[in-house]
Amino acid sequence: MKPRHKRFAFIGLGLLVLGVATVLILNAFQSNLVFFFTPTQVVSGEAPQGRSFRIGGMVEDGSLVRENDGLTVHFIVTDTAKRLPVTYKGILPDLFKEGKGAVAQGQLGVDGTFVASEVLAKHDENYMPPEVADALAKAKASGAQQSKSLVVPDGRKGSL
Amino acid sequence: MIPEIGHFALILALCVALVQGFLPIYGAAVGNSSLMAVAKPAARTQFLLVLTAFGCLAYAFADKDFSVLYVAATSNSQLPLHYRLAAIWGAHEGSLLLWTFILTLWMFAVTLFSGHLPETTRSRILGVMGLVSVGFLLFMLTVSNPFERLIPAAAEGRDLNPLLQDPGMVIHPPMLYMGYVGFSVAFAFAIAALLGGNLDAAWARWSRPWTTVAWCFLTVGIALGSGWAYYELGWGGWWFWDPVENASFMPWLAGTALVHSLAVTDKRGGFKVWTVLLAIMAFSLSLLGTFRVRSGVLTSVHAFATDPKRGLFILVFLAIVIGGSLALYAWRAPKVGLGGSFAMLSRECMLLANNVLLVAAMGSVLLGTLYPLFLDALDLGKISVGPPYFDSVFVPLMVPAIFLMGIGPLAQWKKASVPDLAKRLKWAFGVSLVSALTLPIVMGNWTPLLSLGLLLAIWIVTTSAIGLRERLAHVNGNSLVERLASVPRSYWGMLVAHCGIAVFIVGVTMVKGFETEKDVRMNVGETASIGDYTFRFDGTQDVVGPNYTAARGTFHVSRDGRETTVLYPEKRRYPVQNQIMTEAAIDPGLLRDLYVSLGEPIDDGAWSVRLYHKPFIDWIWGGCFIMALGGALAISDRRYRLAWRRQEPAVPVPTRAARRKVA
Repeated sequence: MKPRHKRFAFIGLGLLVLGVATVLILNAFQSNLVFFFTPTQVVSGEAPQGRSFRIGGMVEDGSLVRENDGLTVHFIVTDTAKRLPVTYKGILPDLFKEGKGAVAQGQLGVDGTFVASEVLAKHDENYMPPEVADALAKAKASGAQQSKSLVVPDGRKGSL
Repeated sequence: MIPEIGHFALILALCVALVQGFLPIYGAAVGNSSLMAVAKPAARTQFLLVLTAFGCLAYAFADKDFSVLYVAATSNSQLPLHYRLAAIWGAHEGSLLLWTFILTLWMFAVTLFSGHLPETTRSRILGVMGLVSVGFLLFMLTVSNPFERLIPAAAEGRDLNPLLQDPGMVIHPPMLYMGYVGFSVAFAFAIAALLGGNLDAAWARWSRPWTTVAWCFLTVGIALGSGWAYYELGWGGWWFWDPVENASFMPWLAGTALVHSLAVTDKRGGFKVWTVLLAIMAFSLSLLGTFRVRSGVLTSVHAFATDPKRGLFILVFLAIVIGGSLALYAWRAPKVGLGGSFAMLSRECMLLANNVLLVAAMGSVLLGTLYPLFLDALDLGKISVGPPYFDSVFVPLMVPAIFLMGIGPLAQWKKASVPDLAKRLKWAFGVSLVSALTLPIVMGNWTPLLSLGLLLAIWIVTTSAIGLRERLAHVNGNSLVERLASVPRSYWGMLVAHCGIAVFIVGVTMVKGFETEKDVRMNVGETASIGDYTFRFDGTQDVVGPNYTAARGTFHVSRDGRETTVLYPEKRRYPVQNQIMTEAAIDPGLLRDLYVSLGEPIDDGAWSVRLYHKPFIDWIWGGCFIMALGGALAISDRRYRLAWRRQEPAVPVPTRAARRKVA
C-alpha cells in the first residue's frame, strides 16, 4: 500500500470506531430514557402506563405501613398538591424517613398505585434530592406544568 | 498559633511556587543556567513548606482544635484519633491540601530521580509543576483556606460523615490522589517537551516510569474505592457508574492509553504527537475529576461545599491549564514530527487500535457523566445517567480491545503477517473457545455473556503463555529457571498486568452470572438458605462503640450441617449527625463471599435481612492489584535502574533497532 492509501485506511478505521461508538451511545440513550414525573402529573394521568419512570416528593408523615411479611411497604409520596400511593417490596435505604424526600423508580399499576422497583434516599439529614426540590417547587408554582425532566435510570449508589 | 503557622507556610509556599514556576522556564528559554538552577532547591523548599502546613492541620485535628472551622466541621471529640487524622481529607479544603502536598511530594521525587535529565528539561518539568502548584495554593489561600478560624470556637465538632469512618477511607483518597497527581509529572514532561521542541525516544523513556507509577497508584486507589463501596454501602455492589467513580475512571482510561502509547514512542519513536496529547488529556481529566468531586457540582458523599466563588475559580483554573496546554500543543506539535512508518498489521497498529478504543470508551463515559451537568446548567431539566447506559456502551467497546490485547504482544513491530500470527495463536484460540463454551455448562448455567467473559479471560492467559514460551526460546540460559530470570522485568510486568485484567474479567463474569441475593424477614432462631449455605439468625444485641451505638445481629452460617462461620452485621446510629448506618458482615473467600446486612427491625426481635452469595467477587479487586503489581514490576526493570544511576543524559542505544525483537 502507498503511504497515502495507508493514511486513508487509518482515518477510515478511526471514523469506523467513532461511528460505532456514536451508534452505541445514541442507542443506549434512546432505550434508557426514563422520564421524571411529579405526583401531580402522575395523578392527573400524564405518566405512561407500562413503562418505567421516576417520581419524587416528600414521604407523607404517618403514611408508612408495613405488611406482615416485613418487606412489603406502602407509603404516600406527595408534592404538597397531590398524593401518590407507592408500594415497594424490599429493604428501604437507611435514610428513608417519613417527612423526608425520596425518589422512587418503577411503574404505575392499574389501580393508580406506583409500584416501585427501587427507592432512593440520600445519606444526609439535610440533603434534598434535586428531583424532589424540583417537584415541590413546581407544585408551589401551580402544579400542572409539563416537566421537561428526563431521567436515565441511576445506580443504587444514588441511594447514598 | 499552630494553624497560623500552617497558613503562613502556605503563603510562603505560594511565593516559592511562583519563583519555581517562572524563573526556570524563562532560564531554559534564554539558556541562563543560574536561573535554571533555581528549580531544584525551590521544589524542595516548597515540599518542606507544604509538609509543614499539612503537619499543622494534622496537629489541629489531633489536638481537637475546634477553633479551626475545618476541624470543627469534619471531626468530633468522640471520633477516634485515626479517623480524626483521616478527616484531614474528609472534606473540600483538606482534600485540596492533600492534593497540593502530594504534588510537592512528586516534585521532590523528580528532584531526586532526575540526575540523568538535561538541565533544561528538568527545569522546565519542575517549572510546569510549580505553575500547577501556584493554581492550587492560590485556590486554597483565596477561597478555601483549611486554616480559617472559627471565633468563638465551637464547643464540639460536627463530626465526620459516618460513611467515611472506615479503614478504606483512610487510604483510598491518598492512593487515588497519588495517581491523579502522578499524571502531573507525565503532563509536565509533555509540556516541557513541547516547550523545548525535543520529543524523542529518550523523552518517552524518561517519562514512562513516572506514568506507570502514577497509573499503579490510580489502579489501587480505584480498587480500594470500589471495595469500600462494596462493604460500606450495604448494597453489595462494587461499581455503580456513579459520576464520582467515573471521575476517577476517566483518567485511568486515558492513563492506560498513555502507558501503551508511550511504549510505541519509546521503542519505535512513533505516536509522538498522540502521546503528548494523551498526557495532557490524562492530567486534565485528573484535574476535572478532583474539582468535580470535591466542589459540590456532584451531590453525593464526596461533595461538600457549594460556593459560587470557588466554582468560578475552578472554571478559570481549568480553562487556563487545559486551554493553555492545548493551545501550546496546537502551536508546537506540528514541529515534533511523525514517527517511523508501519504496516496496517503490526504491533504499532494494534496499540493504536487499543488507544482508539480506550479513548472512545473514555469519551463515552465523559459524555454520560457531563451530559446531565450540561442539561442542568442550561436549565433543561434534571437527568442522571446510570448503569444501563454505561454497560451497553462500555462493554462493546472493550471486547475488541481485550481481544486485540491477546494478539498485540505477539505481533512484530513495523510489519506482522496474518498467516504467521494465526499459526502461533491457533492453539490459544481453540483452547479458549472450547473451555469458554463448556465451562459454564459444567457450572450449570450457560449464558452468552458468561461464555464471552470466560473466553476473553482465557484468551488473555493462553496468549500470554504463548508469548512467554516464545520469549524463553530466544533468551540465553541453560536451565529453565535461568532463562526465566533473564526475561526482562518489563516483559514480566506486561504479562502480569494483562493477566490481572483476565482475573478481573473472571471476577466480573462470575459475579454477574452466579450471584444470588435474597431480602427476607427473619425471626429469632429462623433460618434462610442461599446458594448452598444456611443462615440462622440468633437475634440482635445492643453494643456501644466509641462514637455510636449499634444493634449487632448474630448469624450462624452452615453448609451441609457443618458450621462455616459466624457473621455479625450491625445497624449503627451515630448520634452527632443522627445518622443510621448499615455495617454489613462479610465472610470473604477465594471462591465466594457471604454477605449479610441488616435492614430494619420489624417486631419481636425480627429483622428484615439482606443475604448475598457472591462467587469470585474478590477476584475483581485481586485483578486490580495484580495489574498494579505488573506496573511495579515493569518499572523495576534494569534499564530504568541503570538510567537513574547514570548521571549524564541517557543516549538512545543505536544497536537497539538492529536487534530483532521477537516480542
